[in-house]
Amino acid sequence: MDVHQPANPKAVMIILLSVLTLGGCGGERQAAEGGAAAGERARPLTVKGSDTMVILGQRIAEEYMKTNPGTVVQVNGGGSGTGIAALINGTVDLAQSSRAMSDEEKASVRQNRGAAVVETPVALDSLAVFVHASNPVRSLTMDQIKQIYQGRITRWNQIGGPNETIVLYGRENSSGTYDYFREHVLNEEDFAPRVQTLAGTAAVINAVARDRNSIGYGGIAYASEVRPLEIAAEGKAAVAPSEQTVADSTYPLARHLYFYHLEGAPERVTDFVEYTLSAEGQALVAGVGYFPLTQGGATGGASEGVASSETSGANAP
Amino acid sequence: MASIFTLAGGVAILFIFLIFLFTFKEAMPIFTNSIVRETANLEAFFVSAQPGDTLIDRYVWQPTSRNPKMSFWPLILGTLKATFVGLLFACPVGVAAALFTSEFAPPRIREIVKPVIELLAGIPSVVLGFFALIVLATWFQQLFGFTYRLNAWNAGVALGFALLPIIFTICEDGLSAVPRSYRDASLALGSSRLQTAVKVVLPAATPAIFASFVLAFGRAIGETMILLMAGGNAAITSLDLGDPLRTLSATIAAELGEVVFGGAHYSALFFMGTLLFVITFVSNSTGDFVIRKMKRRMQGEG
Repeated sequence: MDVHQPANPKAVMIILLSVLTLGGCGGERQAAEGGAAAGERARPLTVKGSDTMVILGQRIAEEYMKTNPGTVVQVNGGGSGTGIAALINGTVDLAQSSRAMSDEEKASVRQNRGAAVVETPVALDSLAVFVHASNPVRSLTMDQIKQIYQGRITRWNQIGGPNETIVLYGRENSSGTYDYFREHVLNEEDFAPRVQTLAGTAAVINAVARDRNSIGYGGIAYASEVRPLEIAAEGKAAVAPSEQTVADSTYPLARHLYFYHLEGAPERVTDFVEYTLSAEGQALVAGVGYFPLTQGGATGGASEGVASSETSGANAP
Repeated sequence: MASIFTLAGGVAILFIFLIFLFTFKEAMPIFTNSIVRETANLEAFFVSAQPGDTLIDRYVWQPTSRNPKMSFWPLILGTLKATFVGLLFACPVGVAAALFTSEFAPPRIREIVKPVIELLAGIPSVVLGFFALIVLATWFQQLFGFTYRLNAWNAGVALGFALLPIIFTICEDGLSAVPRSYRDASLALGSSRLQTAVKVVLPAATPAIFASFVLAFGRAIGETMILLMAGGNAAITSLDLGDPLRTLSATIAAELGEVVFGGAHYSALFFMGTLLFVITFVSNSTGDFVIRKMKRRMQGEG
């Protein structure tokens, strides 16, 4: 059984803490930086946010710590909203978010922390809509998905399935995936109260895998034992999520995943971000099941924050 | 020496008082702050209804919606449903088990049963919740054909496992404390052991049994993790025990992590905490009062 973190409740934080000996094996950089900076580097880098991105953050942290002995990176979940709140409150160095930060949130960072926030898209994700592997329904239109999640379509036989009630699974309201889904699928309207909210995409997948009449949504990287549906945008043919369809935007539910940190953040933060954007880091992105940023194109127009001098153009660590 | 004990007692009371004060203070904006009051106020919590035909559509908890809806009813109903099923399962089983252990079990079996049931109290609720989520829910669905895998029955039975040791331990103590002379008198009058146990010993231990129910109720109202994991987490105003549920405490646990400090949603969650505090306080106090009264009456008669 493939259970990454079954039904991980919010209170139980996923903590990755790889303890590496703080060896004094001074690389040229550490020697150059001197004592105080070395102390600063030894402080753990704390990363928090999107449950969708936890596996991504952890995988990158693992490799980053291997290639940079002496660094400690702690990656926590909790939801995009939680990570952003933590960045605003100053309790983490780096927030992972599966949605772009709102202007109000950016303003409160500036107000609380006295620095602007730097936005870095680090990967492409396609939000998939999953059903049980035995479900005969192969594809849905965006409008059908909207109606299902608003409780206006309640039975599978209304959309070509068996004569059964549709059991809805979704995410907690602190989740970036929840926000994204509400914005892009429900057009900012409300979910039906019947949606059962679970903590983490893994929990949603786990629930869908056990429930033959259910439907759920989440990041594509977690999909196993369930079937992602083909989705048709308004007046278009149904498309399955794949690297190809996400990159050329024919799949309607593709999105960026972001890192957020403060402008002028210490080097241990920017190093980690640079590593993620490097060829090595992007290979890890693909390894956990997300899609690497396509060179130039997708990153460029995606968001205004990308142009930040802090992060752009740093492809080699 | 005595002053040390007095101090210790005083500290405990002080802590409880301070916790209540803090919770209430954080909930205060719903009475005082006009911005918070726009969305979070007593009317929104308990009175306001959305347009709609069914209860589910009328009373909605959707605090992060563009148009926030903060009815407490789906959550209160969820809490009561889970508590009801939990007590329905744990009360009879707990009392029966206690009666068996104190009246019928041979000493050797008692030596096994008692610690094993008490061991249940040591199982972390997250483990019970996980068990209910993965194993129990599947069994129940196969057995009873529920539409929703995670529902009030599933959550309630899992909760019952957590309540069982509370009820069992207190009842067992109460039953064992019934004087030997009661049993001797009853047996001397020709009653069987079963008659003695059910008609003499059990009524004599009523205060303890009642106390155990009250304590179990308090625990059930406040239990979080089991219900968060096994209850399905859909805040719906439904009386159907086959529907998923969401409790007050689970809502606090799930949502407090991401709220804006001091905002409407934040204050609403703290008001929920205050509400839970008041409910347990009232239930425990009433329980205590009733138990004392019963004891006095019994001693008067005995």
